[in-house]
Amino acid sequence: MTVMDQTFADRDYSLTGPESDAAVAKGLASADWYHSDVPRKEMKALMRRSDAAADRDTVLWIGLLVLTGCLGVLLWGTGWAVLFFAAYGVLYGSACDSRWHECGHGTAFKTEWKNDAVYHIASFMVMRNPIAWRWSHARHHTDTIIVGRDPEIAVMRPPDMVKLVLKFVGLPDAYFDLKRLGVNALGRLTADELEFIPESERGKAVYWARVHVGIYVATVVVALVTWSWAPLLLIGGPRIYGCWHMVLMGLMQHGGMAEDVLDHRLNSRTVLINPVSRWLYWNMNYHVEHHMFPMVPYHALPALHARIKGDLPAPDRSIVAAYRAMIGALLRQQREPGYAIRPVLPATARAFREDLHDLDVARGGA
Amino acid sequence: MAWVDVCAVDDIEEEDVIRFDHGERTFAVYRSLEGDVFATDGLCTHEQVHLAGGLVMDETIECPKHNGRFNYQTGAALRAPVCEALRTYPARVSGDRIEIDI
Ligand code: FES
Repeated sequence: MTVMDQTFADRDYSLTGPESDAAVAKGLASADWYHSDVPRKEMKALMRRSDAAADRDTVLWIGLLVLTGCLGVLLWGTGWAVLFFAAYGVLYGSACDSRWHECGHGTAFKTEWKNDAVYHIASFMVMRNPIAWRWSHARHHTDTIIVGRDPEIAVMRPPDMVKLVLKFVGLPDAYFDLKRLGVNALGRLTADELEFIPESERGKAVYWARVHVGIYVATVVVALVTWSWAPLLLIGGPRIYGCWHMVLMGLMQHGGMAEDVLDHRLNSRTVLINPVSRWLYWNMNYHVEHHMFPMVPYHALPALHARIKGDLPAPDRSIVAAYRAMIGALLRQQREPGYAIRPVLPATARAFREDLHDLDVARGGA
Repeated sequence: MAWVDVCAVDDIEEEDVIRFDHGERTFAVYRSLEGDVFATDGLCTHEQVHLAGGLVMDETIECPKHNGRFNYQTGAALRAPVCEALRTYPARVSGDRIEIDI
């Protein structure tokens, strides 16, 4: 039996439960992953860093944030304000995720301080502790969708469809993210955070949580003093009313795909999407490619896709097509939690390394 | 310590790195843009990934797994998630060959 069609009891997705030890015992933790072959010379060209694309995109992003935010406030009380805040919300509450992600990898800009500056701004916008999430994301890349190891599994099985729909309006995520920042600001880290943040970095995590919480408290004070919603619509609020595009993109990354495999072609999804979404999402729709080669900057991902597509499953042709497949899989996983979409590889693709995937991961009750 | 032959100078492009295995050990051997040669342990101190798959930029090597960075000339850890420095080894050009002292 492969991991694709097994049935199993509810899993423990925490990083401190029995699934974590089981993953280690099965050789799924910190394992070697499948990589498509790309000659070193070509890979070096794909990995090459430059400030040009991210400079342009960041000036445009900040310019649009200032423009839509100012117009929203100036036209307060008119229907135009709704329109401008809707745009501002997506630029803040959704585009922040991809900026956080790429600058966290340090690949968006060639200049390091630019990566760091945008990373911290975007971490604040997306309500993530910049230190904790840097380490959480490193673990996500080490053990992508390995249950008990990966702290960033967005869709746990069996999927809770109501929870998934609520994510589009930031619930309950924004609440839990804020709560976690509050806990960190009090000097405490969660059990999972203690699992992946090294001791030397924990003080920094507390420091940045305090900075974030301080800004939120100041925003609430200004809102109360001015007796206006505007400060909350400008700071913090977009994580709720503008996050829908981030969730729309984020769920596609791994939703409905395999758990506990060592091949990103099986647990990640590449989707061809419209140019506006690609700009907001900084090309992370090429998600298989990103996971296979995290050194390749976002602006080179379309070229990487073109280079290795013969070794990858055909991408979903649109957001609608991806969601159609994913929702079908998620509904089926409610009845059969062991079910996962099994992508079809082209004839030119290298083998799946079935030896790695034919692991017995049946859990208690299976 | 002893000088060990690694490869011909031209086997490493300028501003690049190769993997060099010797006995049970593995090393990363670099050539800078100026043509100078350097050597470090071959595995990242974060999660033991071969650095030779990474990207050399100026004096840094970026690890291919999580984009952690080291100064490959001093071994210093420069960017999380690497925290621990990399061990460096003397390297030299002898004729048209690169040698490292391990
Ligand atoms: S293995 Fe090198 S940065 Fe993680």
